[in-house]
Amino acid sequence: MREIAAGLITGLLFGLGLCLASMTSPAVVQGFLDVAGAWNPTLLFVMAGGVTVTFLGYRLIWSRGQPLWAGSFRLPVATAIDGSLLAGAAIFGIGWGLAGYCPGPAVVSLASGRAAVWVFVAAMLVGMTGMRWFRGRGSASMATPATAKGA
Amino acid sequence: MHPYILALTGGGLIGLSSALLMMFSGRIAGISGIVGGLLPPNAADDRAWRVAFIVGLIAAPLLLAVFTGDSHVGPPTVGLATLIVAGLLVGIGTTLGGGCTSGHGICGIARISPRSVVATVVFVLAGMLTVFVTRHVL
Repeated sequence: MREIAAGLITGLLFGLGLCLASMTSPAVVQGFLDVAGAWNPTLLFVMAGGVTVTFLGYRLIWSRGQPLWAGSFRLPVATAIDGSLLAGAAIFGIGWGLAGYCPGPAVVSLASGRAAVWVFVAAMLVGMTGMRWFRGRGSASMATPATAKGA
Repeated sequence: MHPYILALTGGGLIGLSSALLMMFSGRIAGISGIVGGLLPPNAADDRAWRVAFIVGLIAAPLLLAVFTGDSHVGPPTVGLATLIVAGLLVGIGTTLGGGCTSGHGICGIARISPRSVVATVVFVLAGMLTVFVTRHVL
């Protein structure tokens, strides 16, 4: 029950943040990526706010030794900068540039009820599932099987 | 409010969410990972909080619409065919690369993970190159 409450609260805050920051407008996101056009720096401010608060929050929380409602912190253990990381990031970046949606804003935008957004998310889920099947073991970048999908 | 102030505030809320998820559950707030854990094969056995997180995400613009009259959700900028191709690429890429804008871009950089810093630089550059080609070359 506590896990569900944690998911609901953090999901809601995350979604509100994305909305207020206009990350749910593909035009704004593509405006940031359009360095040769009318460049829109909005995403830079989102990153600055997000990384700063997360950086400080993490240090404060890690100093407590363990999370409130779980036995231990489950952090990614992979450190290799390998072909999968580079190819995956490049493929993601191409899709991101084409549509102006990354996974979070796309899921949030489902609320608009626009069929086109549902089609994008459906295609994304197909891509994720296909890649998981292809690799046969999901994302192997995490510490244990139970947390292998956390990053 | 100025869009940049709103963006900084929105980013701060995203950071607060990431920090709280670490505080409550000890987890990284990576959207592609949270969603991916619900998918076959080998779906995670902790599906309830993942579904709850997604419900929270989708509830956000609905609540904004009710209380402020503006959901802050903009329309897609491209056609269906492009959205399908882009969706497939986003799904494949985030799964292969182990994260997206949130897991690598926010949480990973906040952890000072070299892997996440490199991934973020690569997907931002790939996105910029893609927009350059689609808007200024084609």
